[in-house]
Amino acid sequence: MNKTIKSLEEVTIRFAGDSGDGMQLTGGQFTTTTAFVGNDLATLPDYPAEIRAPAGSLAGVSSFQIHFGAKEIRTPGDQCDCLVVMNPAALKAYLKCLKDGGTIIANSDNFTEKNLKLAGYDTNPLEDGSLGRYQCFSIEISKLTQNALSDMNLSPKLVDKTKNFFALGLTYWMYNRPIEPTLKWIKEKFAKQPDIIEANTRVLKAGYAYGETTEIFTTRYEVEPAQLPPGKYRSITGNEATAWGLMAAAKKANLELFLGSYPITPASEILHELSKYKNYGVKTFQAEDEIAGITSAIGAAYGGALAATTTSGPGMALKTEALGLAVMLELPLIVVDVQRGGPSTGLPTKTEQADLLQAVYGRNSEAPIPVLAASSPTDCFDVTFEAARIAIKFMTPVIVLTDGYIANGAEPWLIPKLSELPDISPKFATDPTTFQPYSRDEITLSRPWAIPGTPGLEHRIGGLEKSHIYGNISYDPDNHDFMVKLRAKKISNIVNDIPPATVYGGTTGELLIISWGSTFGAIRSAVENKQSQGKSVSHMHLKYINPLQKNLGEICRNFKKILVPEINLGQLIKILRDKFLIDAIGYNMVRGLPFRAIEIETIIDEILK
Amino acid sequence: MNLVYKTLNQMNTANTQKYTFKDFQSDQEVRWCPGCGDYSILAQVQRTFPELGIPKEKIVFVSGIGCSSRFPYYMNTYGFHGIHGRATAIATGLKVARPDLSVWVATGDGDGMSIGGNHFIHACRRNIDIKILLFNNQIYGLTKGQFSPTSVQGQITKSSPYGNIDQPFNPLTLALGSQATFVARSLDRDPKHLQLMIKRAAEHKGVAFLEIYQNCNVFNDGAFELYTEKDTKDDNVIVLENGKPLIFGKNKEKGIRLNGFTPEVVSLKDGTFSPDDLIVHNEKDSMLAFIIANMSNLPNLPRPIGVLYAVNKPTYNELLENQIKEIINKKGIGDLEKLFYSGETWEIK
Repeated sequence: MNKTIKSLEEVTIRFAGDSGDGMQLTGGQFTTTTAFVGNDLATLPDYPAEIRAPAGSLAGVSSFQIHFGAKEIRTPGDQCDCLVVMNPAALKAYLKCLKDGGTIIANSDNFTEKNLKLAGYDTNPLEDGSLGRYQCFSIEISKLTQNALSDMNLSPKLVDKTKNFFALGLTYWMYNRPIEPTLKWIKEKFAKQPDIIEANTRVLKAGYAYGETTEIFTTRYEVEPAQLPPGKYRSITGNEATAWGLMAAAKKANLELFLGSYPITPASEILHELSKYKNYGVKTFQAEDEIAGITSAIGAAYGGALAATTTSGPGMALKTEALGLAVMLELPLIVVDVQRGGPSTGLPTKTEQADLLQAVYGRNSEAPIPVLAASSPTDCFDVTFEAARIAIKFMTPVIVLTDGYIANGAEPWLIPKLSELPDISPKFATDPTTFQPYSRDEITLSRPWAIPGTPGLEHRIGGLEKSHIYGNISYDPDNHDFMVKLRAKKISNIVNDIPPATVYGGTTGELLIISWGSTFGAIRSAVENKQSQGKSVSHMHLKYINPLQKNLGEICRNFKKILVPEINLGQLIKILRDKFLIDAIGYNMVRGLPFRAIEIETIIDEILK
Repeated sequence: MNLVYKTLNQMNTANTQKYTFKDFQSDQEVRWCPGCGDYSILAQVQRTFPELGIPKEKIVFVSGIGCSSRFPYYMNTYGFHGIHGRATAIATGLKVARPDLSVWVATGDGDGMSIGGNHFIHACRRNIDIKILLFNNQIYGLTKGQFSPTSVQGQITKSSPYGNIDQPFNPLTLALGSQATFVARSLDRDPKHLQLMIKRAAEHKGVAFLEIYQNCNVFNDGAFELYTEKDTKDDNVIVLENGKPLIFGKNKEKGIRLNGFTPEVVSLKDGTFSPDDLIVHNEKDSMLAFIIANMSNLPNLPRPIGVLYAVNKPTYNELLENQIKEIINKKGIGDLEKLFYSGETWEIK
């Protein structure tokens, strides 16, 4: 029969099912194939905090959202065009994400009385007419999968495990994607299990053929490749990009990389990733606790390694005292805080931006530390590298803020050439005739890095106040005042070493939105939409939180109103008000979820009306 | 691979045989209270180190917070005065990053057993190749006299005016229970023995734990008198020697034998028992080490000093370096750019 092909600019799909339904794998495969055909994309996995929540329950729903398009894609998408649900709980959990008129693909076999009850449905939504405003395809995915494999003599459990490939095949057909990349992947992944290759291949093809031959599907969609800068791409998550950023920095610093870390959601993947690369000059030390994570890293930094520690909010709190030590010792150290919902244990698998003030101020006494924030999964690479550059050049700990949203999200990454990254190698002190542990470089104000093993430079450092230049313990009041101010000046001076802030859109106007971290994509998309509607709105997204760039105050003064949207109760806004005495409006939602572009657009409209 | 310390190794040309104790004295004025046991520990370390044959630029002393933790300032080696309790963790990171260094921790009963207890047990179990000197004075000195995790029950301190009700740690059993591969004890007032123990710790491959009974003459004076004073020590201290029976007393007239699993004092004078009936010390016997360590918890038994336990096991550092070598042999030295381009990539033209 004839099927219409409809061309779309962008599409958002969410695959949702039980934890055991293989939704992350399905989403991952859809992503790889979509990247392969040249769309720009962004993804967001969403999985339960519980490792094995009861099957069929709302707590056990795992999902994966992908937003892809023929244009630049900056977020995993606000609302879905298509929702694939493998059971009633998945429908219940994510129906609110589906656009009016959107498509539902449901595995009707799993809408049993028991599963409906577990999800809290009194009647079957596939049959009671409650889904009238959507286009709902109720498909016996389990049965069709069994039929495809009926002659293979596989266990029912194994057969059931392949049903996600049916859904994948069907969505490949719907969105006009080739199945070959996944076929290739199946062959490689299950190289030693020919039965599994055969089963998965058959089911994937069955799903695809179902779309083609069944009369219920009348339309398929096409999304043209996006206009991306030329080059080689790969898909990368924020945590992977952070890990690789650290490796690239160590390489360009000509140092070994040491990671001291304690497992914590959602930062653990950085530890996992780096622990693979022992043949790349990377040492990972899984410490006994968060404090040992950072203090071992400080020990390694003292020994001349590029040292890092990775954590999330609760771990950050535990590292506080050691951060002060690193400030006092003036040793390079990179501290990555992958923020999550808090306080306390909070929402471990959900995102938040509420550690900003902790990062900037959260230490006893005057302990200034540079703070940088990543805006997207791929930006984690650049920001981590930049953090290492600053740490080495200015002999200071540097805090990198990412969050659960970009840490787990993935997007295409234009692979950089190592040769094009700057050389950031330190000059270790070696000359005993001139060496003083707390002497200063005239420009950076940093002290020399003298590592054990260097003859003639034996010296002592520690957390007690140091005498200027000589580094001996000093209780002298004037020296303390001098050193407190010197340490502050060293960090504020970094402003001369970083590029000025830039504005997206007009440099004067009605409204300037200032943002930081992972809200970049939603806000930039919203601003772009509003600009195209002729609204006087500009966007300034900050990578450098401490110190703030030189020209910020000047930029702010050129706008009538300033909006600062944050996934916290107003943290950056406090700093902006403090530094620039500007009036600013906050937009603060703390739901454990990223902003949607649409809600930012609504706020812009309200302010500009 | 590590250019940094390869270059440094070429620079280490000093003739280590020429060191005297003076070479290990820093230019900093020592600021412990007059009469503090720490002076003796410092002196014995400075006297022993010239014999170790380690270039002094390769030696690092790491400490936490407390009186003992001022130690690094007085040693003319590399030194790192950390934060409370974290010296072992700092030292661990340093030793992992720089296996070529000789890394020592100076800690106290508060720093090492209380706030730093977690790091201590994990350093022991990992058999990380660091040397831990525990200055045990059974009191918090720097904070001016509160009871510590090794203070005895009933001890009157500023924070236990009616007597300490905490059960103290026995640092030796704690170290053994944490699988330390070298466990020893000595005394600040026995310079020769202390020097010998420092040397043994230095020579041990892997984590070495040396508990040093140290008198705090201001807040807990005389805590170890029984074991240090001329007229009492012979009857209250037993000096362990590998392969030798446990004999003590002014005239070597007493010994320790096992009654079941319980050690007891027997007299060698009346002919009932001979040295053949006594425990013969074996540094490699972990069961025996526990029994001897536990003697400190039992009444009427002398305090053991010396090496309780010393075995060779692969160190964390060896295991790590071997793993790195193995992976390099198998996969070659990693090429970061190749890694970036590995797996699924696609080209946009």
